[in-house]
Amino acid sequence: MIHPTRRSVLKTGAFFTCCCLGQFSLARAQSAGRVALPVTEFEDGVFAFSGIPEMMSANNRGEICNVGFIVGEEAVAVVDSGGSVAEGRALIASIRAVSDKPIRYLINTHMHPDHIFGNAAFEDTGATVVGHQSLPRALASRGDYYLRSFRESLGASLMADVKIIPPTKLIAGEETLDLGKRQLTLKAWKPAHTDNDLTVFDQQSQALFTGDLCFIDHLPTMDGSLRGWMEQLETLKTINAKLAVPGHGPVPSKWPEALEVERRYFETLARDIRKSIADGVPMAEAVKTAAQSERPNWRLFDEYNERNATAAFAELEWE
Amino acid sequence: MTIVSTIRHNRIISVVLLTLLATAVPLAAGAQGTTVPASTTWTSLKGDVFGQKAVEPANGIITIEAPKRAEDAALVPIDLHFKTDATSGRIKTVTLIVDENPSPVAAVFKFGKDAGVTHLATRLRVNAYSYVRAIAETEDGKLHMTETFVKASGGCSAPALKNQDEAVASLGKMKLRVFPSSAPGSEPMTRATEMQLMIRHPNNSGLQMDQITRYYIPAHFIQGLTVSQGDRLIMSMEGGISISEDPNFRFEFDAKPGEDVKVEAADTEGKKFQNEWPLQSSSL
Ligand SMILES: [Zn+2]
Repeated sequence: MIHPTRRSVLKTGAFFTCCCLGQFSLARAQSAGRVALPVTEFEDGVFAFSGIPEMMSANNRGEICNVGFIVGEEAVAVVDSGGSVAEGRALIASIRAVSDKPIRYLINTHMHPDHIFGNAAFEDTGATVVGHQSLPRALASRGDYYLRSFRESLGASLMADVKIIPPTKLIAGEETLDLGKRQLTLKAWKPAHTDNDLTVFDQQSQALFTGDLCFIDHLPTMDGSLRGWMEQLETLKTINAKLAVPGHGPVPSKWPEALEVERRYFETLARDIRKSIADGVPMAEAVKTAAQSERPNWRLFDEYNERNATAAFAELEWE
Repeated sequence: MTIVSTIRHNRIISVVLLTLLATAVPLAAGAQGTTVPASTTWTSLKGDVFGQKAVEPANGIITIEAPKRAEDAALVPIDLHFKTDATSGRIKTVTLIVDENPSPVAAVFKFGKDAGVTHLATRLRVNAYSYVRAIAETEDGKLHMTETFVKASGGCSAPALKNQDEAVASLGKMKLRVFPSSAPGSEPMTRATEMQLMIRHPNNSGLQMDQITRYYIPAHFIQGLTVSQGDRLIMSMEGGISISEDPNFRFEFDAKPGEDVKVEAADTEGKKFQNEWPLQSSSL
């Protein structure tokens, strides 16, 4: 979307920009023996790694979503642990490259494997795992399925260390976490991308970590409520942030413009599906044509669109 | 409501439950292969469900449609069409089977004598690359089978619930849609009406393990369902865990204008749900 406005410093040695796949593979090639994840400090003390817009695989170590951390006077908070314990460890290495302060919090923005499979890497850091109040329930019913079903795509060796570690500090509504002269506002949302979405707002820099409530580039995936997501975009938009780290997409992105591409996709999808339902078109047929006009605008469109359309159909036919 | 009425039906339920208990775990864990399995599963299943009875190819009496590759394994649309002739007589029951599912018998549908059901669509969970087959029993007692192959995985063990609070809050809620006649200009007396029945129910498969407690979340699903109009049975269903969350049935039948459509359902926890809708002539 946009490039870092102030600094784009790569703390791990090599220079790095966020929008070029070629450089991603270069970073990957160099990463064979690497320890740290290449993060960008786009605001003072606010760091993020830009995930690769692909499906999780052994090749990309599950590093497909954006993860980051915020450094306060006393402590560090991490936002999402990544898609493998290897990625989680690399993220810790990135933190240690810039700060020796304790990691006080590991915040999980929601239940999806690309955001939580790295949790086990933080077990020895003493970090408190923080999540939406509905996250433990979601992990209880899905965790086992995640562990089994990702064995094939990530491979046995990456999966060996992965554990489902639910949060112990639960957020309902809004709550503030203190990192020492630096406050983070955490907000728990109603069902949207999932039924356990959480956002993290750094008051000092006005940077917002949206979790997967915001997708850019990578087609949004539907695992909660399309209507809930569309409705809450209005509230989300009013958050007084300057820059955002979307769950997937360029780091950082301009706010609230970052929400516009997914809004257009949701509106198109909902409109097409609602029309099919009204016309009595069966689900199997409806999902084949829904939102096809959005195809050129997204990566991974063919991987996720029909599935999204299926979920949207099952939800909207109850209207 | 007496859904389970015959010995054969009791036997199917036993197959469903025994198979579920005996093989749920290994199948759920190991059935993610990518090759087309031989029909060996069916060979061993056949005797359990139909005994020694011969099962013939359907020859158009019943046809099945399903996507070759399922986008969402927990929501696989299945379409059945029935076309009987004078020799075979009408279809009395249809058994829907997903070979590789932990509980293969997805549902047994029974149709009323003069219901005139010609089309039935529902949504299934498919746990592994599997044949999905439909076996129709006609009035002459013969069995007619058709099948299709579906590439899907994890449909039974994947928790489909996207919005758990909502699922609990709306349990048992029903919706009935009536579609305009698909045969315009047909005689009023033989006019078929298409309907869609939707029931809010998690239809939990019981194959999801609570990662913290290591216990399986107990199965909770719609076991029995009857749809009738006036005093006439349109169809009934004995269901298993392979029917998707929020069970959904779209069917075409000979409707009698002016008579109420009544639906009764019961789940494995003994909860009963029912609803009635007036069917005006104008909506036909
Ligand atoms: Zn996600």
